[in-house]
Amino acid sequence: MDLLSTLRIAFRALARNKMRSVLTMLGIIIGVGAVIAMVGIGQGADQTVQRQIANLGSNMLFVSSGSRNLGGLRLGWGATKTLVREDVAAIVRECPAVAAAAPGTQTSAQVVYENDNWGTRITGSTPEYFDIRTWDFQSGASFIQDDVTTAANVAVIGDTVRKNLFATTDPVGKTIRIGNLPFKIVGVLVAKGQSPAMSEDQDDTIIVPLTTLQKKITGQPWLRFVMVSARSRSGSYAAQQQIESLLRDRHRIRAGEPDDFTVRNLADMADLASEASKVMTGLLASIAGVSLLVGGIGIMNIMLVSVTERTREIGVRMAIGATEGDVQQQFLIEAVVMSLIGGAVGIAVGVAASLLIAATAGWPILVSGTAVAGATAIAMAIGVFFGYYPAQKAARLDPIEALRYE
Amino acid sequence: MNIQETNSLPGSALHGTQSNQDEVIIRVEDIHKTYQLGETHVHALRGVSLEIKRGEFVAIMGASGSGKSTFMNILGCLDKPSSGQYLLEGIDVSSLDKKQLAGIRNRKIGFVFQGFNLLARTTALENTELPTLYARVDKGERHQRAIDALKMVGLGDRIDHFPSQLSGGQQQRVAIARALVNRPSILLADEPTGNLDSRTSVEVMEIFQSLNEKGLTIILVTHEHDIAQFTKRNIVFRDGKIRRDDAIARRVHAAEVLKTMPVLED
Repeated sequence: MDLLSTLRIAFRALARNKMRSVLTMLGIIIGVGAVIAMVGIGQGADQTVQRQIANLGSNMLFVSSGSRNLGGLRLGWGATKTLVREDVAAIVRECPAVAAAAPGTQTSAQVVYENDNWGTRITGSTPEYFDIRTWDFQSGASFIQDDVTTAANVAVIGDTVRKNLFATTDPVGKTIRIGNLPFKIVGVLVAKGQSPAMSEDQDDTIIVPLTTLQKKITGQPWLRFVMVSARSRSGSYAAQQQIESLLRDRHRIRAGEPDDFTVRNLADMADLASEASKVMTGLLASIAGVSLLVGGIGIMNIMLVSVTERTREIGVRMAIGATEGDVQQQFLIEAVVMSLIGGAVGIAVGVAASLLIAATAGWPILVSGTAVAGATAIAMAIGVFFGYYPAQKAARLDPIEALRYE
Repeated sequence: MNIQETNSLPGSALHGTQSNQDEVIIRVEDIHKTYQLGETHVHALRGVSLEIKRGEFVAIMGASGSGKSTFMNILGCLDKPSSGQYLLEGIDVSSLDKKQLAGIRNRKIGFVFQGFNLLARTTALENTELPTLYARVDKGERHQRAIDALKMVGLGDRIDHFPSQLSGGQQQRVAIARALVNRPSILLADEPTGNLDSRTSVEVMEIFQSLNEKGLTIILVTHEHDIAQFTKRNIVFRDGKIRRDDAIARRVHAAEVLKTMPVLED
């Protein structure tokens, strides 16, 4: 029998038991819908994390001074005093994969403006810091190189600090006190939000010239960290290696001795996050896959019922010339049609769910073509796989017995 | 057997079957059929031999358990004999595989059942078309053949009716049209009047008679003597063997019987 006639017969058979067909398809609908929605959620989450990591800075690497072992007393990160400003200059000069580098050191302090005060992180750095972190100003601008040279009392504040100390007035030009020192605010940074990699509020910060912090507040001439931007994302691994070997050389660390610094690569973090969300997506999709399996079993069940109900019809078809192949094809097509319709509706449901979730969570809308194509293929495969046994059972019927069946 | 050459079926349904009127269409030689029922062997047929020529109209009779149904199933290529030979139009059917048997059933045999066995919620036309689907006939020709077959049984005006909208007699006529649509060599009818009232039974027999007049070979199984009287030859089975094989001397003409029967208005 030709495919078109077989399809027509299949549709008619399904239409005969509408409720039953719909309920059977429901398993596939839920399964396919869940797979697509889950993959969409996973990929949406992944893109969001990637975007947040990119938000930290462009192709950024983070060099921090390392831990230190003082005769059994092990001090934590940032305890060594070996990372200095000259290292930063050397990194820029000697590492070809590096575009820019900014030194940094950090402390926390209480900040006062008129009647308000706020405890926050004070970072000392150079104007490159804002470029490397691709951080724009909502008002004012960065301090300049001269301010670093002269250890000027100027400050750039983050959005959280602005909210806590200034509410509505424009802070640029105002003077705050950090500890006992007055600082003139020259710029206010735009909000960056929570850092996904360091899990801290990036906007709760004040940035002052490195020298000002070192000389007037902490009194420590060494650096806590260096922020580096690589020339490209793919170049960030090369940059990491160049920095590591340069710093080992400069710090005179012999082969076999551990580094007194740590280089963290944002590309690494992004890959790690990506890996994590892939695992998550896979997990969610396989849970959804289970409901596809259950849906397939539902199809098989209904097809078996259908074969039994239509035993007589099968007998008649065989008597008038249907071959085993014809009968098998008829029932197989019926199962496939059912699973494909279920798959199509499932895709619609899954896409709708993805859009809804994306809209609610503020994620990029992600409907993966692969997931849709995959779901269709899976639905088809389920129809064939779970339809095969009932179809086989129908085809193997003895026409005489089938004709006599009541 | 004196079928007149001029009385061929109209249209295309049976063209080509009129040549060679003495041709043996069915030859059965010493057929045995044994079923295994648990420990015991059941001998349904114990050596049946028979010849049927083209254009015959045969009634096969016998009590239940006489082997007539088994014999019909073998004639219809639904079953195979345990031993013996069955030649249908010279083809040794007992040597064919399942797929080839399906092809034989499709093209050479038309089945009419007691319970009509039409597909529900399927129009008369589509029911009639069904064998042509399995014969992979072109769509246009499929339609034409089905319409011709329905006209032949007097249902040309009911082609879009569903079985549930048709009387028993009309349903059986659709079933006959379905059996004819692939221009078979023989028509096998298994108790075709078993579910019909007496007037409708005679009407169906009238159709069979007129088809037979036009050259179609018909074999029908019945246990009603009245029905058997409309055929030309009666074969009686008993205990798996042919007990009697008689030509009907004074065949009853259904058309004339109908004239004497009251028309039931209900």
